[in-house]
Amino acid sequence: MSFFDVAEAAVAAALDAGARYADARVMHKRYESMEARNGEVEELNSDESAGIGVRALVGSSWGFYAVPDLSDSAARLAGARATAIAKASARVAGPGVDLVPTTVSTATWASECLIDPLAVPLSDKGDLLTHATKTMVEHGADQATGVYQVWDTRKWFVSSEGHRIDQHVRECGAGIQATSIGEGETQVRSYPAARGQYGTRGWELVQGLDLLAHAPRLAEESRALLTAPLCPSGETALILGSEQLFLQIHESVGHAIELDRILGWEAAFAGTSWLDLSQLGSLRYGSELMNVTIDPTLPGALGSFGFDDEGTPAAKRYAVKDGIWVGVLAGRDSAALAGLDYGGSVRADGWSRLPMVRMTNVGLEPGPHTLEQIIAETDDGVFMDHNRSWSIDDKRLNFQFGCEIAYEVKNGKKGRMLRNPTYTGIGPKFWQSMDMLSSETENWGTPNCGKGQPTQVGHTGHPCAPARFQNVRVGVRA
Amino acid sequence: MNVSVTAEQVLELAVRALPGAEIDVTADAVHRALTRFANSRIHQNVAEDTVSVRLRAHLDGRTVSTTTTLTSPEGLTSLVARTAAAVRSAPRDPGWPGLAPAAPLALPGTVDEATRDASPDDRAARVQAFVEAAGGLETAGYCQTGHWSGVYRNSAGQALSAQATTAELDGIARDAGADGVARRSSVRLSDLDGAAQGARAAAKARSQADPVELPPGRYEVVLEPEAVADLLTNFSLFGFNAKAVQERRSFARLGEAQFDEAISLYDDPREPFDGEGTPRTRLALVEKGVTTALAHDRRTAAAAGAASTGHGGSAAWGPMPNNLGFAPGSSSPEEMISRIERGLLITDLWYTRVLDPRTLALTGLTRNGVWLIEGGEVTRPVRNMRFTQLYPQALGPGAVLGVSAEAVPQPSRQFLGAWTAPALHLASWNITGNASG
Repeated sequence: MSFFDVAEAAVAAALDAGARYADARVMHKRYESMEARNGEVEELNSDESAGIGVRALVGSSWGFYAVPDLSDSAARLAGARATAIAKASARVAGPGVDLVPTTVSTATWASECLIDPLAVPLSDKGDLLTHATKTMVEHGADQATGVYQVWDTRKWFVSSEGHRIDQHVRECGAGIQATSIGEGETQVRSYPAARGQYGTRGWELVQGLDLLAHAPRLAEESRALLTAPLCPSGETALILGSEQLFLQIHESVGHAIELDRILGWEAAFAGTSWLDLSQLGSLRYGSELMNVTIDPTLPGALGSFGFDDEGTPAAKRYAVKDGIWVGVLAGRDSAALAGLDYGGSVRADGWSRLPMVRMTNVGLEPGPHTLEQIIAETDDGVFMDHNRSWSIDDKRLNFQFGCEIAYEVKNGKKGRMLRNPTYTGIGPKFWQSMDMLSSETENWGTPNCGKGQPTQVGHTGHPCAPARFQNVRVGVRA
Repeated sequence: MNVSVTAEQVLELAVRALPGAEIDVTADAVHRALTRFANSRIHQNVAEDTVSVRLRAHLDGRTVSTTTTLTSPEGLTSLVARTAAAVRSAPRDPGWPGLAPAAPLALPGTVDEATRDASPDDRAARVQAFVEAAGGLETAGYCQTGHWSGVYRNSAGQALSAQATTAELDGIARDAGADGVARRSSVRLSDLDGAAQGARAAAKARSQADPVELPPGRYEVVLEPEAVADLLTNFSLFGFNAKAVQERRSFARLGEAQFDEAISLYDDPREPFDGEGTPRTRLALVEKGVTTALAHDRRTAAAAGAASTGHGGSAAWGPMPNNLGFAPGSSSPEEMISRIERGLLITDLWYTRVLDPRTLALTGLTRNGVWLIEGGEVTRPVRNMRFTQLYPQALGPGAVLGVSAEAVPQPSRQFLGAWTAPALHLASWNITGNASG
């Protein structure tokens, strides 16, 4: 019995029990991670998980049930239970649920992977992290950590509309971090990103990072930060490196354009959005330099796939075009409710979780400048990079970020290092102040986006380049 | 699925495959069901039955931890083979603290059969009561029930098993863009009163018409239990974690009067043992303002020359107490408010993130209701504000002006975690921004 057969049995059972639509995902997932600290391996995990999740629609109510048993009988039971749960939902029912049409596909898709990360010897991977963290300690770090993570996911999706799609997605990435501890504070430097850099690629991604080459610099910068002057407080021109800017995009654009938030489906937990659907197509989100795309087709980016978890083929679309809000991240039911004609952004983090609207690759298209030009054309400002803290309100408007490092910019030159840099603002005001944007794009990927109840962890990509923003409040402190 | 049999099978297979290795096994069966509502309808309604087995092996100075959800004979054999292959090529682990010795449970797990067996209709009934009690206001939230059955076995002879249940009801009511909240956790679904929580959330929402905006500054505050839960979350993650202390990333210092004498803090676990097979018991972390203990796993305990307190989980994150609570005081929120000349009543905190773990400096926002207190009375609603605050400082000597007699169990994001949170009256809270920026 193939995994498609298992999924089809579950869908058939859901329909037999009274569902008007059902889909099922069989998933087999392998995960490996290693964490090292100060030259020693601290934790090595190797996980394997498999099961089936079934979604059933009865009237206007959904039900979902998951079980880690891939027998025919278990799949049929899961389908029936999903329908029973949907029927219970009808006790507190709402308006009808429709699904926007999508191409019914029979297809196979796989991400590109040159070096299978799970085939690389553990000893080689351990040597990489232990050497990098030992080097950081030798160069002055009080605490030095390194991590890699690997996901190898296979999915078989079947729907009552006729979808039959299998996908094989391999993701991996790594990062290192140096911490220096002073009397009353800690200073941190990370490479390549605060939580590492990840993509839908093989171990060649990690090899390309050259972690060891950056280890001495991180340690030295973290120590230097302890005695650097504080980032001044006030309003100034703010230049963001792309590592920080990707999280700014994630938090203040990516989440804000999630249609489930806009419709109030996340109101009690993740929150809503300041965006109002009646303004889709007319609202000015940012300056004319702001072009944000939703693009799960980007080769190697962390948020890429062939089909989302409702079977909708991956496709690129604009979320913001020339500064105007024009698109959302949607699923088939949320799109129908909003009167839109596209889904394509629904995923679950495992077989036991309900697929929901998630970011794919939400990125800022490159601009006409270079970082060198941006600094050269800034008389008075601050350059910040590498995220250290992030906080934003439940409407995705009021944000405050802290960065690991900053530099004074005076008369077109990058000057002295500054410690404890923070900045705060209101989303649309901030994005409308963007007056210079670099062309030097990097495909950042972050594997730790939390959303939903029970909480799911999403993997998202954010291509972007450094940019400048005017009149930003910096230097907020306790 | 009999998880005891599964754990025993895996231990036997692993001992045979890895002669001389130190082996431990956990097997957990979890039923978790969550009924979620928004726009006053159930929009997501999920349930899962999962079984997971974790096998940890230490051989020739190397350690590996593996898990699987494949519990067929082939799946378990594959788990052992994968572990055996990995441990021989794993990097060295000089900090291995050894296996937990045989010791009996100190606490029973608390199982409520009605909660264990709760149906989708039982959860929907709680949701329906919440929605109806909100009196026509838009509502959103969730009702969750869960049951855990866990087993620990190791090659040193330790053998433990227990069960526990959990139930949570968390919802908001919305009135013209203002949200009121009511949130509660228990081991029994029957403790959760949908109508009472819906009415509280609605009353909170209705009392926020025409909010004013206040300037940043330091305000005397009353934090309601939902907000206090955030303090407990961050003390768990970053404060009383012995690994963070040993790495000098925490503010906590044993024996020092770091808090106001009105503050006593304890961990009261719902799971009777941890992932390393150490039995848990109630742990007093702060007594009358003095830091008296830290949460330890076997690694941090070995490094400190102490005993594990049963908080083993992730070696990288370190030991975290997931069932923290402040000991209740003698006041009430109404009495606290009556003593404030000018201050704020804050229901909830949101999206708090650490700026520096050593000082536990955090930034975040208020959510689900803020009101201005003037002359001992709540006078008007206030728009949400951003704060940037050193959490230990907010509870420091002389800073705590009252602790309520009632402590309300609050949901945490851990499956069997919960915070026991009274309301707190604090002398100062650092507001650093408002809705305008």
